[in-house]
Amino acid sequence: MPGFASEDNVAAMSIASPVPALEVFDLKKTYPTGVEALKGISLSVQPGDFYALLGPNGAGKSTLIGVISSLVNVSSGEVRVFGIPIRERRSDAMQMIGLVPQEINFNLFETPVEICANQAGFYGIRRSIALERAEKYLKQLGLWDKAHAITRTLSGGMKRRLMIARAMMNEPRLLILDEPTAGVDIEIRRSMWKFIQGINAAGTTVILTTHYLEEAEQLCRNITIIDRGQIIENTSMKHLLSKLDVETFVLDLANVCGELPQVPDVKLIRIDDHTVEAEMSRAHDLNSLFATLSARGITVTSMRNKANRLEELFVRLVEGNVANGRAAA
Amino acid sequence: MNAQANLIALGTITRREVTRILRIWVQTLLPPAITMTLYFIIFGSLIGSRIGEIAPGISYIEYIAPGLIMMSVIQNAYGNITSSFFGAKFQRFVEEMLVSPMPSWAILGGYVSGAVLRGLMVGIIVLLISLFFTKIHLYHPLVTMSTFLLAAVIFALLGFVNAIYARKFDDIAIIPTFILTPLTYLGGVFYNVAQLPSPWRELSHLNPILYMVNAFRYGLLGVSDVDLACAYVIMFGFVIGLGALCLNLLHRGVGLRS
Repeated sequence: MPGFASEDNVAAMSIASPVPALEVFDLKKTYPTGVEALKGISLSVQPGDFYALLGPNGAGKSTLIGVISSLVNVSSGEVRVFGIPIRERRSDAMQMIGLVPQEINFNLFETPVEICANQAGFYGIRRSIALERAEKYLKQLGLWDKAHAITRTLSGGMKRRLMIARAMMNEPRLLILDEPTAGVDIEIRRSMWKFIQGINAAGTTVILTTHYLEEAEQLCRNITIIDRGQIIENTSMKHLLSKLDVETFVLDLANVCGELPQVPDVKLIRIDDHTVEAEMSRAHDLNSLFATLSARGITVTSMRNKANRLEELFVRLVEGNVANGRAAA
Repeated sequence: MNAQANLIALGTITRREVTRILRIWVQTLLPPAITMTLYFIIFGSLIGSRIGEIAPGISYIEYIAPGLIMMSVIQNAYGNITSSFFGAKFQRFVEEMLVSPMPSWAILGGYVSGAVLRGLMVGIIVLLISLFFTKIHLYHPLVTMSTFLLAAVIFALLGFVNAIYARKFDDIAIIPTFILTPLTYLGGVFYNVAQLPSPWRELSHLNPILYMVNAFRYGLLGVSDVDLACAYVIMFGFVIGLGALCLNLLHRGVGLRS
């Protein structure tokens, strides 16, 4: 029977397989306009990983995903999916990939169940099995009550979930999500995270691009940051976050704040009468800060991190890359 | 994918095409029915009755009926594939197929099958309409069916090439308006090209539609203005040439992959 293995088998294959889920070797892409979208990207994603691919707009992420999913013709370099080179054995490689593209790209006049069942058909899966899978994934993504509605009438969040359901129809070993939660409210976004985490836990390798860096920080174990067609960081999420040596806290104060005290190794910035920001080394303890504030009669009612940690690192890395680019020019 | 999986993929596209044709039947099936009814009334009944027999034992309305059926088959096979495939490109759901493992021939086969089936549906509708105005004989069923199939496939393939290169909706309207329709009218649907003065008679033989219309007419009436063998050579030549071109364009991703 043509089609795909069960989730259990996928998990077993992923654990047993020593072959990386994705290998990219010196990938270059120059568009006919002369724009160099990829300038020699090389990376490797291990089976079962939850992998973040980040970068500012125009960095080359979507081009890279386009090459992997065979929507973009590569200028040079090689891509292997579970050891299979996509150029020589495109059909075999594509069997293993599920793609959730950045932009809505289904027929707006068809119903979700038609879209999912047809997608399965394109992978050679029989109609009866396709319809069963469509029901399974549309139910899991909370779309079954809209299964026979014209997709044009679905909300933005529903359309995004439908694209995930469609990408699951061939039960891929490698699921690529290109900004799957763009424009989706937090409740639906969290339900999508839960679904994707479940898929990953069952053995599917997941590659995620997103502009919600909190999303990448929470979900992904490894990360590559691309800027201007080049990799500027490629490491584990844990290692990357450990590089962040400065943290900023926002302190909410009970009383009106007058002149700010001097605290060694802590930079205090007054935001308004009841809010202060404290920037300090991650190694610095908070006791001396609170002791100083308390001595001045300043009462802190609450405290929070100013920004997402990954976001801070991301901005630094990209800004550093821009500065290096300017210097090189 | 193995052969069975490829056929499932091809069948999926065909099913989607047929669903689309039936879903928007007011746009796909009704217009040719109305247009051809008007042709039969005006050219067949009103003008045709004054013309009399155009060939021994064959009235004018009998003579034009095969041409009108073939004209609708050609126009609808072409129109179906251009609007459907370009629509898939425009809305980007062509990517559903491009990221799948199905081979180029299955994509092409699915769309061509859909176009041929629309041609068949429209052809049957026009045939049924023609029965209200004249008697239709089936002189040679094999020639009739093979000509219908070859002509529908040729124009489906031509429409596919058009859709691949089209970048905007205007691009899929230009060829039917400025090339396809004039060639159809000049392809011996309404007259016998032997009656034309030189050099128009000779020039008409460069029009491939002339061979399709006349081969189809032979299948229904047993009369033709062209040599049947020549018609088949031309039709098979177009199918092979255009099929190879379409597969090459798909393989290279022209107009589809960046």
